[in-house]
This record gives sequence, C-alpha cells and structure tokens, in this order.
Amino acid sequence: MLSAAVWLTLKLAFVTTLILMVIGIPLAWKLSTMRSRWCPVIEALVGLPMVLPPTVLGFYLLLAFSPNNPIGQFWLNMTGSTLAFSFSGLVVASVLYSLPFVVQPLQRSFEQLDHGLLEAAAMLGARRLDRFINIVLPNTRRALLLAACMGFAHTIGEFGVVLMIGGNIPGETQVLSIALFDAVETQQFDTAHTIAGGLLAFAMTLLVVLYSIDRRGSLR
Amino acid sequence: MISPLASASTIRVAVAANFKPVLDVLAEQFEKKHDARVLVSSASSGILYNQISHGAPFDLFLSADDERPAMLEKNGLIVPDSRKTYAYGRLVLWSHRDQPVTLKTLEAYKGRLAIANPALAPYGAAAQQTLEKMNLWQGYQGRLVQGASIQQAWQFVASGNVDLGLVAKAQVLDQPKNRILDIPESYHAPIRQELVLLKQSKEPKARAFMDYLLNDTSQAYIASQGYRPAK
Repeated sequence: MLSAAVWLTLKLAFVTTLILMVIGIPLAWKLSTMRSRWCPVIEALVGLPMVLPPTVLGFYLLLAFSPNNPIGQFWLNMTGSTLAFSFSGLVVASVLYSLPFVVQPLQRSFEQLDHGLLEAAAMLGARRLDRFINIVLPNTRRALLLAACMGFAHTIGEFGVVLMIGGNIPGETQVLSIALFDAVETQQFDTAHTIAGGLLAFAMTLLVVLYSIDRRGSLR
Repeated sequence: MISPLASASTIRVAVAANFKPVLDVLAEQFEKKHDARVLVSSASSGILYNQISHGAPFDLFLSADDERPAMLEKNGLIVPDSRKTYAYGRLVLWSHRDQPVTLKTLEAYKGRLAIANPALAPYGAAAQQTLEKMNLWQGYQGRLVQGASIQQAWQFVASGNVDLGLVAKAQVLDQPKNRILDIPESYHAPIRQELVLLKQSKEPKARAFMDYLLNDTSQAYIASQGYRPAK
C-alpha cells in the first residue's frame, strides 16, 4: 500500500514538473521581458500560491471542479469523468500550486542574463527561437535545474490541496502526505515514522545536492 | 468582557468536529445556568486523541467513536467509570440529485460514492459494513471517494463533485427528505460516541457539565439534531 503511494507521489511530481517546465519557461521569459503596467498583476497571480494557504486553493478548486461549474462541466463532457478525485485533477492542482517555485527562479535568472549577447546574435541574423535555444537556455542551466527541483520537491510535499480535492483513493489520489496524515490519525506511528522520515531524508538530500551544485557553480 | 476571575471556572472540552454544532448550543445553555465558561476545541477524534495523549489540557473529551475513549481508559488517562455514551450516530444515504433514494439506488448506482475513510472515522467504518452487508463492497472498489472525516464526505456531495454519499444524518437535516434514506441500524455496528472525563482535569465543574450532557433535556436536544440518544 505504501509503495503505491510512493509511486503515485513520484508520478505526480514528475508529470507536474514536466508541465511546469513547458509552461514555466516561456512564461518566465515573457515576464522578464514584458514592460506592461499589468506586469505586477500577472506576477502576483503567479506568486499567489506561495502565500495562499493550500486549503484556500483546494477549496476553490473543489468548487471549480464540480459539474455544477462550467469548468467541471466541460471536463465531464470531454472525458466522461469528474476532475476532482482523479489523477488529472491532482496534476491541475499541483501545476497551479507549484507554479511560482518554477517561474520565479527562472524569471530572476532570465533578468540577470547578459542581453548584449542576445543583441549580438540578433545582429548576426539569429532568429528569436534560435537565440532562446542557443543562448538563453545554455546560460541559465543552473536556474533551470533549480526550478525543476523546486517544482518537483514542492509537489512531493503537497498536502492541503490534495486533502481538499483528492478523496484519498489508493493508487489514484492517495499520495504520501495523505498516507502520513492517515497513519497519524489512526495512531500507526511506525508507518508515520517511515513516511515522515523518508520525506525528510529526501528533502535534505535534494537540498544538499542543490547547494553543492550552487557552490561549485559547475552548471553556470 | 471576560473578567480574569471568570477564568477560574473554565471547562475545556475537546469535541469531535461532527458534534461541535450540537455541543456549542448545549454549552451555551450550561453557561447561562452555571457560573462557568465552556471552551470548545474541535478537530477529528484522532487528532484530539493524539493531543490528549501528549498532555493537551482538556477536562472533557467527546469522541466520535468508542475506540479512542477506550484507548485513553486503557492508558490510565481518564477518571475511572467516566466513559459514557452520549449519542449514537446515524448513517444516511444522501443524493445530490433531485430524485428519491432507496436501498435499490445504492445497488444500481454506477458512479462514485462519497464515504468517510473507514480507517479513520466511525461513519466510514459503518459505511463499509453497510456495503459489505449488501454485498456491494467489492463492486464499489475504485469508486469510493474517501474523506478524511465525515465532514469531508459531506462536502464532496454538497459541492456537487459526487452525486451520492453515505453521510451523517446530522449533516443533512435541512435537505429535502426524499433525497435521504436512513440506513437500517442493523446493517452496521452502532456508531457509539463516547465521552470521558480526563484524569488531569482540575476543574470541578467539568463533571457537572458531563452530567448535563447526559440528562434528559440535553439528550432530547441531541436526538432532535440527527442522533439517537444514549438512553
């Protein structure tokens, strides 16, 4: 039962991180170059999950996912099943929830990029996508790795949102943090220690790896 | 508003979240008749049990089950003979759709069913026993949406995310009667809600409040709120 929760948690974190990188990179780039007066509003929207209690996000998602609501209705018509209590629902929630942890480090790194390089490349005739792939991405490798790791780690630890919309279905929505909650509630402290200790060791290892990369600057 | 002196007679009560609305009313009535304050803390029975085991300063504990009070008694944390049943929970089948529900509904239904987690909540255990009794438990595997508590199971149905749920009668008192079916009590073990007086309590009025909850008037009120009275 525990292995199903481990596998599900990793799968959720992996899929979420993948989606976050696909939408996070262009979004962070757009934000780093945009000069609109709406910038602070968009940045605030992206950063909201960092300060918002996860249960608030979970509550609104529960309402949005309901077939009484246009979004939930649309999903039901498209797929024949509800978005709440499904793996897809968890992915949607996790993407929103972990978005700032991916976008913010990327945006900061993009802003610090030497834009002279880009101008030079432009003068030599490199197109925008070409410049982005051959100049921006290689020069921000470390930030890309950091962003992916933060998104991954943050999704692993997600609790409040899953509790609100997950429904605790083994193999589908029962992630590790929910299994830990169950174990503590039912006084199964041995299981609780296994899960909590495992998550602690994972978080510590990840941070040590990240900081040692940061120190060596090997990915600059 | 509250003078420092009044805090001398403060009864601290830990109550399972499902019973909090009922307890709030009874506590207010008690406060009017006696010179005491009742401070109510609510959470799930499991959380409250863990808190009490780790020394949380409560006088009374109203659990949603009889297991945790029995565990506290076994661990020597309660006043001897203070473990009493204060109410029996009632399980109902509740439909979000505007259609009458019967036991046949549960047999023919193909969608997801909201229940409380059987491992955590007595209403969840009763739901599991009911489905097992009806030989439906296997068929519902993978279609059970489990809330961490019976409140959450209710919330899954109330928000429209699930059409059907096995919830507590106390939660659906204001709902159209034809959408609610009382599950026969013979289908599951009694949902016995027990209270205990904690040994660490130094508040003499805690026992008076305990007796107050068990008297006929309070029990009649409890019965009107979707529970079966203790006596």
